[in-house]
Amino acid sequence: MVPTPHATLASLLARHAGRAHELLPLLHALQDTEGYVDPAHVPAIAAALNLSRAEVHGVITFYHHFRSAPPPSTVVQVCRAEACRSRDGEALVAHVQARTGAHIDGDACHGVGVESVYCLGQCALSPAVTINGELHARVSPARFDVLLADAVASKEGRHD
Amino acid sequence: MTETAKSFRIYIPRDSAALALGADRVAAAVAAEATRRGVAIDIVRNGSRGLFWLEPLVEVATPAGRVGYSNVRPSQVAALFDGGWPACAAKDAERDVSHENPDGSWDAAMPACVGRVEAIPYLVRQQRLTFARVGVTDPLDPADYEAHGGLAGLRACLALDAEAACQTVLDSGLRGRGGAAFPAGIKWRTVSRAQSVQKYVVCNADEGDSGTFADRLIMESDPFVLIEGMMIAALSVGASEGIVYVRSEYPHAIAALEAAMAVARREGWLGPDVLGSGRACELRVAKAAGAYICGEETALLESLEGKRGVVRAKPPIPALSGLFGQPTLINNVITLASVPFIFAHGAQTYREYGMGRSQGTLPVQLAGNIRRGGLVELAFGVTLRTLLDDFGGGTASGRPAKAIQVGGPLGAYLPEAQWDVPMDYEAYAALGAVVGHGGVVVHDDTADMAGLASYAMEFCALESCGKCTPCRIGSTRGVEVIERIRRGDTSARQVKLLHDLCDTMVSGSLCAMGGMTPFPVRSALEHFPADFGLPDGAGCAEAA
Ligand SMILES: Cc1cc2nc3c(=O)[nH]c(=O)nc-3n(C[C@H](O)[C@H](O)[C@H](O)COP(=O)(O)O)c2cc1C
Ligand code: SF4
Ligand code: FES
Repeated sequence: MVPTPHATLASLLARHAGRAHELLPLLHALQDTEGYVDPAHVPAIAAALNLSRAEVHGVITFYHHFRSAPPPSTVVQVCRAEACRSRDGEALVAHVQARTGAHIDGDACHGVGVESVYCLGQCALSPAVTINGELHARVSPARFDVLLADAVASKEGRHD
Repeated sequence: MTETAKSFRIYIPRDSAALALGADRVAAAVAAEATRRGVAIDIVRNGSRGLFWLEPLVEVATPAGRVGYSNVRPSQVAALFDGGWPACAAKDAERDVSHENPDGSWDAAMPACVGRVEAIPYLVRQQRLTFARVGVTDPLDPADYEAHGGLAGLRACLALDAEAACQTVLDSGLRGRGGAAFPAGIKWRTVSRAQSVQKYVVCNADEGDSGTFADRLIMESDPFVLIEGMMIAALSVGASEGIVYVRSEYPHAIAALEAAMAVARREGWLGPDVLGSGRACELRVAKAAGAYICGEETALLESLEGKRGVVRAKPPIPALSGLFGQPTLINNVITLASVPFIFAHGAQTYREYGMGRSQGTLPVQLAGNIRRGGLVELAFGVTLRTLLDDFGGGTASGRPAKAIQVGGPLGAYLPEAQWDVPMDYEAYAALGAVVGHGGVVVHDDTADMAGLASYAMEFCALESCGKCTPCRIGSTRGVEVIERIRRGDTSARQVKLLHDLCDTMVSGSLCAMGGMTPFPVRSALEHFPADFGLPDGAGCAEAA
């Protein structure tokens, strides 16, 4: 059974109640189940953990990992750090934008969003990307097209 | 693990680098193909040897040793079996494979046999102390760990009192591998002597530097060595709780560590009664959330306390007042993973590696535009030229190398004239460079150094914790000035402005984020003025 968001939140609030230092694990758990941290939940989280709303909001916005809105159905992250740059990573960024129609760190297009990430630990096999959380290294523009098509197809339930 | 006499043992890595190149699908294909053909096999999901250009590197155990097949693709597995694999591996072990330059060829029609893996020069020429088991063992098999020397360090530590244990670390000469190179033994002793009921050991596994993956490789490929190192640290300083703070960009490392901790708990290596000693220490993983500054130790503590990762002013030092105000030992993954060897083999043995005040080994991470990128563990003192040519085999593009950035995004760009300086903390400091976490990122002659300098400032602006103005605002101004120069305003005024800005950041920043961002910027400007549209010599501070 998939818990409703409210049940998820309620159990998380109960689990971390009164423990301000557990704000990050709580936010991670919430984002892992709902895909993002809904700003509407901030007051309840603040109250449960004995924090001000500003503190909770401040934490959510400080960390790049947390989202305040639902993610697009397909998320592409492209590494923008030095080792990927040394192997045409920025040309890959341009290719990914052109292919998906999405602007990096901007609006998604047809359900595909493109984001920057700064190092995936694959610097010896650069450039590196993730597609819906799955890691890929040594990504050429041609290989990216294949990987993206596979990822979109498997999202749509076609596992061929 | 049971093995029938005729079963072939096949190793397929589960390190994320291998996974990023399809290792899971290769393993599935090998298992399916073996079943279809009735070949008895036993697949071990080992870690990676760190010879990443060969991944996925599939190895078959033979009486003569493990024989490797590089760059295996799922679609090639059936054809591989058609050729008599894996039985042919025994013959391939005898075959004269050129070991001189085993070259991964990602586009090859068939996997290449690289012969006996342990004979590959890239591996033979290394001095693997901390990484000795990496790629060899099953990362989650406790018996395999012990059979390869695991736990000897922890057992030796249990025989020592806290003072003697801290002295061992001091005697080894080990300095923190996370960047600042502070003597580990002094830090351990400070925490050990601090009076408090509650103390913590925190492992910094934030590994945010581009070009670094040594921490990741340890966590994914030999997590037990980190666990053992943390237990040694905890017992030595009197901590009952250890936390590994891992970046969220490393989900495989987090999963591997959590799985390894569960095994270690079951085996009694951690928990209420460590190896039957009656002493207790618990370990857990904390997941970070994508902020580079949280690699800085005090920002990391803030993050562990559930707050924004804003840097704390020191003093007080974390060793006396760290997590929740309690004495806290914070060390990098490699620092802690180096400790089991030191306790097992003696401080003096470790100290025999290295040069000057840089003792022991440094795991160098060869990355960027390099033909054979990977992990190279060597005693301090190796040169970039040796790494680039002998290990790396030159650039991946085949073009001449131009600049090498050492030590992550806050490290300097070294021009060819500096590639013969031995890697040692003091020798690099004399160049105005840093060894940092040992990340080496190669750029070929197409690199635009002005663009990279601009990116360095941009990264600082993006990742600054916001506490001090030179870092928060100066970095944005830095991008603007560099962009003005790149657009053609190459007047001495602009160059001077950039240098002044760098001076302000160096002297006015609370931590190395703002204080070191000028390193890559200035080195690019000084050594590669042409990329900024400047004449020779015009990038130097004195000229400006
Ligand atoms: C901006 C910044 C980022 C850092 N990032 C890391 C990191 O990712 N991993 C790490 O171990 N140390 C990092 N450090 C160094 C830590 O502050 C600290 O020196 C280290 O964790 C101490 O461990 P060690 O003595 O074992 O090196 C960083 C420092 C700064 C200023
Ligand atoms: S230098 Fe930058 S990152 Fe460091 S404390 Fe100051 S503002 Fe924060
Ligand atoms: S720099 Fe891109 S993976 Fe490390």
